[in-house]
Amino acid sequence: MTRNDKTPTVQTTGHEWDGIEELNNPLPRWWLWVFYATIVWGIWYTIAYPAWPMISGATAGYLGFSTRGDVATDIAAAEEARSGLMEKLAAVDLTQLPQDPDLQAFAVSAGASVFRANCAQCHGAGAAGNMSGGFPNLLDDDWLWGGSITDVAATVTNGVRNDSSPDARWSQMPAFGEMLEPADIDAVVNHVLAISGQEHDAALAEKGAQVFADNCTGCHGEDGHGMREVGAPNLTDAVWLYGGTPEKLKETVTYARFGIMPAWSEQFRPANGLSQAEINAVAAYVHGLGGGE
Amino acid sequence: MAFLDYHKSLERNATLLLGGSLFVVLIGGIVEIAPLFYLENTIEKVEGVRPYSPLELEGREIYLREGCYVCHSQMIRPMRDEVERYGHYSLAAESMYDHPFQWGSKRTGPDLARVGGRYSDAWHVQHLSDPQSVVPESIMPPYAFLKDNLLDGEQIADLMETNRIVGVPYTDDQIAQARADFNVQADPNGDYDALLERYPGAHVANSDGLPGVSEMDALVAYLQVLGTMVDFSTFTPDASR
Repeated sequence: MTRNDKTPTVQTTGHEWDGIEELNNPLPRWWLWVFYATIVWGIWYTIAYPAWPMISGATAGYLGFSTRGDVATDIAAAEEARSGLMEKLAAVDLTQLPQDPDLQAFAVSAGASVFRANCAQCHGAGAAGNMSGGFPNLLDDDWLWGGSITDVAATVTNGVRNDSSPDARWSQMPAFGEMLEPADIDAVVNHVLAISGQEHDAALAEKGAQVFADNCTGCHGEDGHGMREVGAPNLTDAVWLYGGTPEKLKETVTYARFGIMPAWSEQFRPANGLSQAEINAVAAYVHGLGGGE
Repeated sequence: MAFLDYHKSLERNATLLLGGSLFVVLIGGIVEIAPLFYLENTIEKVEGVRPYSPLELEGREIYLREGCYVCHSQMIRPMRDEVERYGHYSLAAESMYDHPFQWGSKRTGPDLARVGGRYSDAWHVQHLSDPQSVVPESIMPPYAFLKDNLLDGEQIADLMETNRIVGVPYTDDQIAQARADFNVQADPNGDYDALLERYPGAHVANSDGLPGVSEMDALVAYLQVLGTMVDFSTFTPDASR
């Protein structure tokens, strides 16, 4: 066993295994300096940022960093970038919004993002609603509780038939399955089919007109045009909340419906509600979708 | 260099080396972990967080069984985009009665830390039964079978006692009334005042509209309480944490 002639001057560590010796080469300089630099950086890091545990708290670090402070700064910076438009939007009288085209344009685009993050799950990404759960279409001019911009804002703020807002829009349709004979229900379904211009049994519809007059006109009106004070839908048009087929109508009359919308104002849901500016923005957006009054 | 010579015996004795390594790692562990248990600024006192009601706890078990956590996190990080989308960032105390916590690390679906109160029960039932019927672009699988699985709450008191062993402060009264509370939370026509006294803010509803307490009722009760326990209109988290 001979040693490599090219490294005759290097010392060995004294370790030897079966005649193979371990050379004691110095570490490369660049590596050593990087190593020292990381130590210095590590010490600086614990001084600059929260690190060392003390008796009751940890050192805060001279940079004063905190994740919560960071997010607060971020939000303030975003508000700054909007040059106070959100504040202005929170305070605006919605009926006067068209007088300020810049603010209105901002409200509509801000409202679009609020809508996509919070409303689209029920009303659909395009706001076309969803009959599977009775989530109303917001694109048409068929409004349950009113379609002016202040009506829309009030509905968003307080929601419908929920327990969280005392001002939630409220009404309840009785389940007529418990009150009417099945034959009467068939009749009134045919009457509704008739007034909405659909195929129906004329004899049954005639009989149903009386059932309708006795039971339904209180909310849906004598001619079935609905009533916004109680959120009763117009039954004479082609727009349906849960579906206008004979089967769906029968289901609705028999078991009734009780569609709930949460109150969206942060005053009722502080953890995940919307600010006044966001409510005004989404009201402007929905109002501008086509059916606003 | 005599001191360094001791290193030789460490290097040449595998058992000694293992013991020595463990000792060094232990120091690191104690220094990094132990202070978190006593430092005031890592233990935030928060009002309002209560143990789950029996039905919510059962719903949580179903949440775990179905692997909801594989796609949904429950942790709103303190970042502007998350706060604007999901609501107030999560506080550690909000998951203090979760064993194990559901923070998660993967969001295929949205974060659920504050899903409570955002949607109606009808929406949850419709969405769990057939997600694409309300969110067409969703890739979530349907869980319609939850409506068919009825629960009798027979073991709910045992589950609560198990939670008590790991530190959830259920009282004897709460455990004694477990089954009654379990049933009444899914029955809006029942007398649920005592339930609300024991578990303020519990969501009483027969979500699926069908007789009996189904897994759907339990899961919706759990989802509807998520993130709603702390009243952020009265509680302002310390901004320097």
